[in-house]
Order: sequence, then C-alpha cells, then structure tokens
Amino acid sequence: MVKIAAALLIALASAAVAAPQRVVSMNLCTDQLAMLIAAPGQLVSVSWLAADPSVSVMADKAADFPLNHGAAEELFLDAPDLVLAGTYSTGPATDMLRRLGIRVETLPPANSVSDIRHGITDMGALLDQPERAARVLAQFDADLAAIRPGQARLAATYAANGFTTGPESLSGDAMSRAGLVLLADRLGLAGGQIALEQLVMAAPELLVTGSRYSTPSRAESVLDHPAFTAIPTTRRTVPDRDWICGLPAIAGTIADLSE
Amino acid sequence: MRLLLSLSVLCLLLMLASILIGPAGAGIGESIRALWTGDDALGLVMREIRLPRAVLGAAVGASLGLSGAAMQGYLRNPLAEPGLIGVSASAALGAVIALQTGLATALALALPLSALTGAVIAVGLILLLAGPGGGSLGLILAGVAISAFAGALTSLVLNLSPNPFAAGEIVFWMMGSLADRSWLHVAIAAPIMAAGAALLWGSGRGLDALTLGEDGAASMGINLRALRLRVVLGVAAMVGAATAVAGAIGFVGLVVPHLLRGAVGGRPGRLLAASALGGAALVLAADIAVRVVMPGRDLKLGVVMALIGAPVFLQLIWRQRRGL
Repeated sequence: MVKIAAALLIALASAAVAAPQRVVSMNLCTDQLAMLIAAPGQLVSVSWLAADPSVSVMADKAADFPLNHGAAEELFLDAPDLVLAGTYSTGPATDMLRRLGIRVETLPPANSVSDIRHGITDMGALLDQPERAARVLAQFDADLAAIRPGQARLAATYAANGFTTGPESLSGDAMSRAGLVLLADRLGLAGGQIALEQLVMAAPELLVTGSRYSTPSRAESVLDHPAFTAIPTTRRTVPDRDWICGLPAIAGTIADLSE
Repeated sequence: MRLLLSLSVLCLLLMLASILIGPAGAGIGESIRALWTGDDALGLVMREIRLPRAVLGAAVGASLGLSGAAMQGYLRNPLAEPGLIGVSASAALGAVIALQTGLATALALALPLSALTGAVIAVGLILLLAGPGGGSLGLILAGVAISAFAGALTSLVLNLSPNPFAAGEIVFWMMGSLADRSWLHVAIAAPIMAAGAALLWGSGRGLDALTLGEDGAASMGINLRALRLRVVLGVAAMVGAATAVAGAIGFVGLVVPHLLRGAVGGRPGRLLAASALGGAALVLAADIAVRVVMPGRDLKLGVVMALIGAPVFLQLIWRQRRGL
C-alpha cells in the first residue's frame, strides 16, 4: 500500500515538472497570454483585472475563470503548481509564495513587437505547450506580415498628466511599424511628460488619445483644455487595453493605425 | 496711495513675465505679437495657455491675500490664515466632492459653490471655537483639527473614486498648482471671487473700529453681527473659488499681510487692498518660480509658498511667545 502510494506520488511529481496542471496567473498581461496558450483545464485562475473590459482585451474569456486579487493567501489556497506573475507585480506576495515552496515564474512586460514574440515562446515553455505557442506565433507573424505601413506622418500620443509615448515602448514600436514618426523621437525625448505648450508648437499631424474614465480627474483634464482641442490635426482613439500588454492582438492595432 | 500704485506696477510686471515664460521658448516680441494677432500655434499657446494661467494666478493670489488680511483683522490675530486654519482644506474637500459626485459636470458653477460651502463651514467652526479676540492657542488648535479632518476626508473621497488617477491627486488638492488651467477655470472662479471681494471691501471701516475692541467698535456704531457675516461669507467665497480651481495654496494670506502691515500703519482697513495686490504679486512670482526652477515637472505652488511662508510663521509664533 505504502509502495503504491509512493509510486503514485513520484508519478504525480514528475508530471508536475513536465507540464504544470494547476496554473494561476496574477498579472493582467500573463493572464491574457496564458489564456491564449494554456491547454483546456490547465489554467485555474486569472487576476480580476483580466475580466475588466477597460484594461483587458479578453474580458469575455476571463469571465470563464475564477478571479484572484493577487494576494498570497488566496493564491496558496488554489494549490497551484505554477504561479505566473509580471516582473514588477506584487513583490511581497510572490516572495511569500516562494517561501511556501510554490514555483513562481515571472515574465517581463513587452516593450516591442519582438518582446511579444519572445513572450509567446516563453509562455509556451512555462506551460509546456510549445506546439500551441508555435501556432499562436505563426498566426501573429502572418498578421504582422500582412501590414502595409502607411505614409510617414508626425504622430504623438497624449494621455493623462501630459504623457506621450517614447520609442522604447510597445505603443511607440506599434506606431513606428504603422509608418508613423514619433513626436518624442523628433524632439529627442525618451517619452514621458511633455508640456501642452510644446505639443501645440510641435503641431503633430496625428494625435492619438486613449480611454477616458467616467469620473473626472485633474490628471486627465489636460485632454479637455481648449488649446488641446484646438490643435489642427487628425485625431484617433486607441483604447488603453490595446497596448497595455504585449499580445498578438497588437497586429490589428498596427493595421488600424497604418490606414 | 503710493504703496498701492507700486504694488500694481509690480503685479503688471509679474503678469508680463508670467505670459512670456514657458517651455515653448519663443522670442519676446514674437510672443507679444502672437498674443494679439497670432492665428498659428504660438497664438494658441499665448491666448489659451499662458494668458489664462497668469490671470488666474493674479486672481487666486489676490483672493488669498485679501482673505488673510480680513481674517486677521477680524480675529485680531496675525496667525489667522485660510491655509493654516483649515479653510482651504475644507474648500478642497467641497471641490473634490462636487467633482467626484458628478455635480461639477452637470453644472460648472457647482464646483466653486461647493468649495465655498466647505469654506463657510470651516470659517464658522473657527469663529465658534476660537472666537473674536481669542487666543492664538485656540485658533491654531481648532485649525489643526479642521485641517486634519478635511484632509483625511479629501483623501477618502479620492481613494474611493473609480478613476485610478484621482488617488494621485491628493497632492494637488493639498499643495495647489496652476498648470494647464484654462479660461473655463477663470470663468467659473471669477464671479464668486468678485462677490467675495465686494463683501470684504465694505468691511474695512468695521475692521478698523474693531482694533479698539468689540465694545469700542459697537459704540462707534459698527454692527458686529453684520461685520461677522461679511467676513465669514467674503473669506469663504474668495478661498472657496480660489481653491476650487487651483487647489489649496497655503501661507499667502499669512506672508503678505505680515510684510505690508508696517507700510499701512497697522490699519486693517487699509491693509485689505494692499494685501490683495501683494497676494497677486506673490502667487505670480511663485508660479514663475515653479516653471523656471523645474520646467516640465509641475512642481506644486504650495511647496514654494511653504518654503517662503513657514519661516515667517515660525517667527510670528516666536514673537508672540515672547510677548506673553
């Protein structure tokens, strides 16, 4: 009896090393990548943000999963054999889980399309689903190849607190691949805060703004400033969720921007 | 009269400097031409960004300087300052409630009016707790309590907001800033400020009489109840309107009357007009400083004002302590 039990334990343990059976994700970006690549039943919980349509492009799909709030206690009670986290998400919780002997793997945020390609492969390796990852990657590459960059126009994003996208970011890379010339690049900035005055004087040909919340904030009030609304330019809205996380869906956003 | 004239000239010069300084970095002549005629980007910058900021800075400074002088005259205590005794913090609470409940979106004037309501409650409580002619201790203690309570409730309201940016704005409401303000903010604050100024302007004779004590003032025919109502409503309107659009900027009403009191012979009535002009000049200068010292970082006005004001405040406390 003891022998059989021991054999069963060893078999289970080796299976866990080969392919994790109970995966919990606690970061919006790993949530969505894992939902794309995990085999049915492999993923047992995703974070609550994945079900929030204002930040997640897969909110519908996330509704099928139990949601967690990234606290060590609730994650431990799920008895996971793998916890997926972002490099910068909730340090104390992941430290605690590691102390409790749970395998925690972190994925860095994607700052470019090539980071997304690596992220897909890495997620496939962590979930031990290389074939599923390869299929997602092949489709992504095909979507990217189908994009025809538009004419080179001077473009800028403008968001709460006067933030604009720089070249070393996913949104910056997406805009460059759509054929746009980043205003931050033109001004020699790494991105970040730019005064409304400077934006008005630079006169970009395309202004991209993001999502707005229904309750007001002073941070976003710069987007209602009469001088901002008076800038003569083409305006587009790209919802924040489209490029918060590095997902293959970015190909669709790039294609839209290149039109 | 000469004092008021020179303060006016100072204000005008600072306003000119304020509209000429900014990250767009255009030449002086070019900027001034664009102010009148420019239809291009520079015209937009001058007319819609720099000019409203300078006008608002002057109006906010004048409001805070005038209300500081009025409160000090009425309470006969040089430590009474709207920012220090919680009037600005309560006004900020009123403004935040109007913004987060959507009241300000439905009706633009609801923002300054709600801030005014918060300020009225605070001024009322201060008068009740400290009393006219009361000691500095009661005044400051009441102010500490009101500031702490209003500040905590402001943080609570902003933390409860579904907008994730709102929680980051606690600093703005406590420190104040004029960055990216537009004519809209001037338009909603100006009428309330004007009403407050009209109320306080008429209180000069009463405040002068009050220096003889309450009985003395009453025997000179001053209606003390009417005077109190004027001061409460006038201060609340001015501080409420200023805080609603620029956040709580402290110490203006402390430093300016303190600096000018000698020049007007210590008469509270004459101090009112001088403090209004002095306050405008001080806030304009501070707003220029935040743009020159750390361009593009939105350094808060309250930081600069505290650096100037806190030493003055400490010195006043020191002097009062020795006088006891």
